[in-house]
Amino acid sequence: MNPRRKQRLAVVGIIVALVAGAIGLMLFALNDSIDLFYTPSEIIEGKNGQKPQVGQRLRIGGMVVPGSVSRDSQSLAVRFDLIDTGPTVTVTYNGILPDLFREGQGIVATGVLSAEGQIKAQEVLAKHDEEYMPPELAEKMKGIKHVNPNNASQNGSGEG
Amino acid sequence: MWKWLHPYAKTENAYQLCLTLQPWLWVGALACLLIGSVWGLAFAPQDYQQGDSFRIIYIHVPSAILSMSTYVAMAVAALVGMVWQWRTAYMAMIAMAPVGAVMTFIALFTGAAWGKPMWGAWWVWDARLTSELILLFLYIGVIALYGTFEDKQQGGKAAGIMALVGVINVPIIHYSVEWWNTLHQGATISKFDNPSIAPEMLWPLLVNLLGFALFIAAVTTVRLRNEIIVREMHRPWVVKLAQKGEK
Repeated sequence: MNPRRKQRLAVVGIIVALVAGAIGLMLFALNDSIDLFYTPSEIIEGKNGQKPQVGQRLRIGGMVVPGSVSRDSQSLAVRFDLIDTGPTVTVTYNGILPDLFREGQGIVATGVLSAEGQIKAQEVLAKHDEEYMPPELAEKMKGIKHVNPNNASQNGSGEG
Repeated sequence: MWKWLHPYAKTENAYQLCLTLQPWLWVGALACLLIGSVWGLAFAPQDYQQGDSFRIIYIHVPSAILSMSTYVAMAVAALVGMVWQWRTAYMAMIAMAPVGAVMTFIALFTGAAWGKPMWGAWWVWDARLTSELILLFLYIGVIALYGTFEDKQQGGKAAGIMALVGVINVPIIHYSVEWWNTLHQGATISKFDNPSIAPEMLWPLLVNLLGFALFIAAVTTVRLRNEIIVREMHRPWVVKLAQKGEK
């Protein structure tokens, strides 16, 4: 490489490195705001020393505690507990749940913190993992009975 | 080591190379897309959780992966153009930009169509979705910036700087699902040692990935030839080519 090209390469490299550094610092500073949701333990114990206030609008993401789902037989109202590694948070919701909603499933709920450890949700989204496999294999490996999403609400174990 | 590449800095050679590669790329792309799509959409088994809905993965994942790879290729072309002052490299960069933008759009669109039935939402402002949307804006920015210049040589340089700086977004997209908590799930097939997808579902996905890559390359060669012809309109070899007619 001749010296002129070397110099141009260095200039381009420095520019890209500087911009990358600036964006890296920005993302680092915004780190907490980029997270989509609080985990249940962050809501109870606080995140980086800050606890969400009662009345605050927020998103929570966690796993539905098996056996905690209870539905109202007269309406669409449902309540369930979410957990990650620590304490649980109770979510109440009035509406249609996504097809993938079931016990043990990761979900993300948007709502208001109505009391300590209580969330009144306006929207519930299901999160699925990155694993894809045929039903027979899932049954063998994980002991999961195949549940067709179309009739998950009828034969899922979520009936309380 | 890179000596073999040098002749293609000349537009005439690059044009001829595109012409030679083109039929192979088209045949390969069509064959792979046909095999991969039919295999994936009709013959691969259902997913244990998502049933048939997971099949959109055969369009979504290849377009998403290649929207990022095309951007990296564009940035490399811009770098070559800047450091070695190859005009052809800028032409290749601008030839790739709309193709990559369309791939990004397909990834976002199929992602929304997949998100609605599975997650329950068309769109969520999580880190993965937002950074992929920024990628679309970067593509559009590169195309628009190039378009604003009367002098295409200057336009190529300006758009090249933008393409090169924007490459920082690519690792952010890739690692967004690890650095932050998101609704989008983690990576499935880029963990090469142990992809979390059953082999009979993975193979059609890989075939389609190759098909999409060849398709992008094929469209890029067509666009690059056009770009060369338009930019070099008054060069003797182009004039001669035009006089020879459509051969």
